[in-house]
Amino acid sequence: MNSSAGLHLKTYLLILLMVTFGPLGNVLLGKGMKGVGAVSVSTPAEAIDVLSRVLGSGTIWLGIGSLISFFVAYMLVLSWADYSYVQPASSVAYAVVALLAHYMLREVVTPMRWIGVLVICLGVVVVGNTPPRTTEPF
Amino acid sequence: MREFIFYLLIICAGTGGELCVSRAMKAVGEVKDFRPASLVKVAARALRVPWMWLGLTLMGTAFFALLGVLSMENVSLVVPVTALSYAAGALGGKFFLGEQVTRRRWTGVLLVCLGVALVIMGRR
Repeated sequence: MNSSAGLHLKTYLLILLMVTFGPLGNVLLGKGMKGVGAVSVSTPAEAIDVLSRVLGSGTIWLGIGSLISFFVAYMLVLSWADYSYVQPASSVAYAVVALLAHYMLREVVTPMRWIGVLVICLGVVVVGNTPPRTTEPF
Repeated sequence: MREFIFYLLIICAGTGGELCVSRAMKAVGEVKDFRPASLVKVAARALRVPWMWLGLTLMGTAFFALLGVLSMENVSLVVPVTALSYAAGALGGKFFLGEQVTRRRWTGVLLVCLGVALVIMGRR
């Protein structure tokens, strides 16, 4: 395998990890925060109470772990790949979030919401398909 | 109003944080060795770049705002709405950085906004 093919392979692999762990983390956080209840931090005592409930939730810690995995993959891929390439490639995460929310949290995703998610993915791809630099470097 | 502030923080602090982290990782250079010991060294190098600290602070702010809004709304609504960060990025690029945002990029941003509108209208 030449170095270009190897670079593509590791880029695809890390983007796959990103679009898996990012949405999974968000869904786990959503599940955990529903257990915590609506956040109100108008007084310091309330803020401490909310924080202790958040930090006491195993689901939220799993979500944080998943998002850290996403973040590590994201940082690694950004060390060689362009932000303007990674951004549209990872847009599929919006569809993965809707799928996971539907199957893991039993959220009702209406047909209009599915269309909205697909339009967002399309928009992100169009944004990414533009010149990455329009100004002279400093 | 509280939800609006949370969304604003997620979009603005999140986008700013990602750009700072991206800049920091470019300064660190391409990662070629994926062994754990080498990754720890990469992390240590990254943490010596000030942009990384600014990026982490902004992303941390966006994270707590995300937790706040997730306590009130469904994930299948919240995450797509945060895609408005693309609009924030384009507007910020044009008005703060003087970038020329092409017609094609505006088209993409408009599609994202349209998609977010559909997601919000898709509330049951």
